[in-house]
Amino acid sequence: MTSITLRVNGKQVTASVEPRLLLVELLRENLHLTGTHVGCDTSQCGACTVFVDGASMKSCTMLAVEADGREVTTIEGIAAKDGTLHPMQAAFKECHGLQCGFCTPGMVISSIDLLKRKKDPSEHEIREWLEGNICRCTGYHGIVKAVQHCAKNGGAGAVGDATKKESTNA
Amino acid sequence: MENFVFHTPKTVADAVSTRKGTSGGKFLAGGQSLIPVLKLDLAQPTDLVSLAGLKKELSYIKVEGDELVIGALTTHADVAGSDVVKKIIPSLAVLASGIGDAQVRNRGTIGGSVAHADPAADYPAAILALDATIKTDRRTIKADDFFKAMFETALEDGELITEVRFKKPEKAGYLKFNNPASKYAIVGVYVAKYGPNVRVGVTGAATVAFRLPDFEAALAKSFDPKVLDGIKVSEEDLVNERDAKADYRAQMVTVFAKRAVEAAH
Ligand SMILES: Cc1cc2nc3c(=O)[nH]c(=O)nc-3n(C[C@H](O)[C@H](O)[C@H](O)COP(=O)(O)OP(=O)(O)OC[C@H]3O[C@@H](n4cnc5c(N)ncnc54)[C@H](O)[C@@H]3O)c2cc1C
Ligand code: FES
Ligand code: FES
Repeated sequence: MTSITLRVNGKQVTASVEPRLLLVELLRENLHLTGTHVGCDTSQCGACTVFVDGASMKSCTMLAVEADGREVTTIEGIAAKDGTLHPMQAAFKECHGLQCGFCTPGMVISSIDLLKRKKDPSEHEIREWLEGNICRCTGYHGIVKAVQHCAKNGGAGAVGDATKKESTNA
Repeated sequence: MENFVFHTPKTVADAVSTRKGTSGGKFLAGGQSLIPVLKLDLAQPTDLVSLAGLKKELSYIKVEGDELVIGALTTHADVAGSDVVKKIIPSLAVLASGIGDAQVRNRGTIGGSVAHADPAADYPAAILALDATIKTDRRTIKADDFFKAMFETALEDGELITEVRFKKPEKAGYLKFNNPASKYAIVGVYVAKYGPNVRVGVTGAATVAFRLPDFEAALAKSFDPKVLDGIKVSEEDLVNERDAKADYRAQMVTVFAKRAVEAAH
């Protein structure tokens, strides 16, 4: 077992893990942050996408030990402290960007990452960027509209409040 | 996934000696090829030697003389977004921006891609066409000596790639016909012009990336897509699979080589 310490949604987390534990398993099974989903075994669906040090990554294709000392933000960490939805979450709601909701956490994280890099992407750029996120309900139309809506209405803004300092032990 | 011992060296020397001390260890860079392999239990390394601690030492993009020099731990996203790459070898930025998807590009590294030598990976075509040299902890390997077979390279057990050096071409272009789900190349062709010489690197079509001397000779005479029309690509060594048969891949090599010439700048 290896001891790791990381920040998850602004809280410091210390855990003792087997090196083979995936980051997504740490999040879902040890920390009960089940908003991050697992949709495949082949690193292709993007349902498990989270931010690690501000960049979107597939948490099923990263070891928990690799997140030692780093800052992880999941879908649970992007809304404001008072529960107000993140602008991207609000846009998905507004534009029917979700059907069953399985792909949504990954879609939302990836879309925020896109708007952080490009303020006003074209439809083509949005579709290209979301290449790594598969929606099995195939509701891409609403998803693309949601990203455009968010871009037009003030952008993706800040993510969560990663400034809170609390500790939990997993 | 089987368990393994996880190591976190901080320097190249430390990584190489740590790896040497293991019975069946592997380096772990971006993990975008290795972790899927481990998840499917296709490999059971005793140890993983993480290269994350070497990021400061081995993540860089710079120009030295007529060479573009990229550190082994530079991610695909960094290459795709680099102004230096866009200026010196724009087709290489295009190549990097077409690898997998955004999440994969945020983690996958050039060193990992080259070491892994996936027959459908993009970088091998660039290594061959851009006459690259691969620097390791112990020596320098020329492009033409590097790729040996499917997932097999000239690297010795425990040898660490530290940087890849590409020769700046007069102009070059890369285009691939990709699998729509994974983005891996069914056929990818990189064409690069160096004064009177032309180099053509092909990936995806066979079990290992290769050059096309007939195309190179014809393009050296005249850098015009039309000169490729009459040249037949042998199907013999090409991959013959359900999604793309060998005869189809052979045709696609010509089609994409012509488009790469057209796109070259
Ligand atoms: C969904 C998906 C789609 C993808 N699509 C594409 C695509 O379209 N085109 C493409 O080219 N690739 C694609 N890839 C692969 C991706 O580019 C990988 O990042 C790359 O092949 C491996 O780099 P890595 O840093 O992730 O290496 P790792 O997975 O960490 O390592 C791969 C191998 O290289 C060895 N290694 C790593 N670094 C070094 C080094 N510096 N020296 C010596 N050995 C080393 C490791 O021991 C291991 O054996 C895709 C991957 C995924 C998951
Ligand atoms: S669960 Fe991570 S990509 Fe599918
Ligand atoms: S909304 Fe059902 S998978 Fe996308």
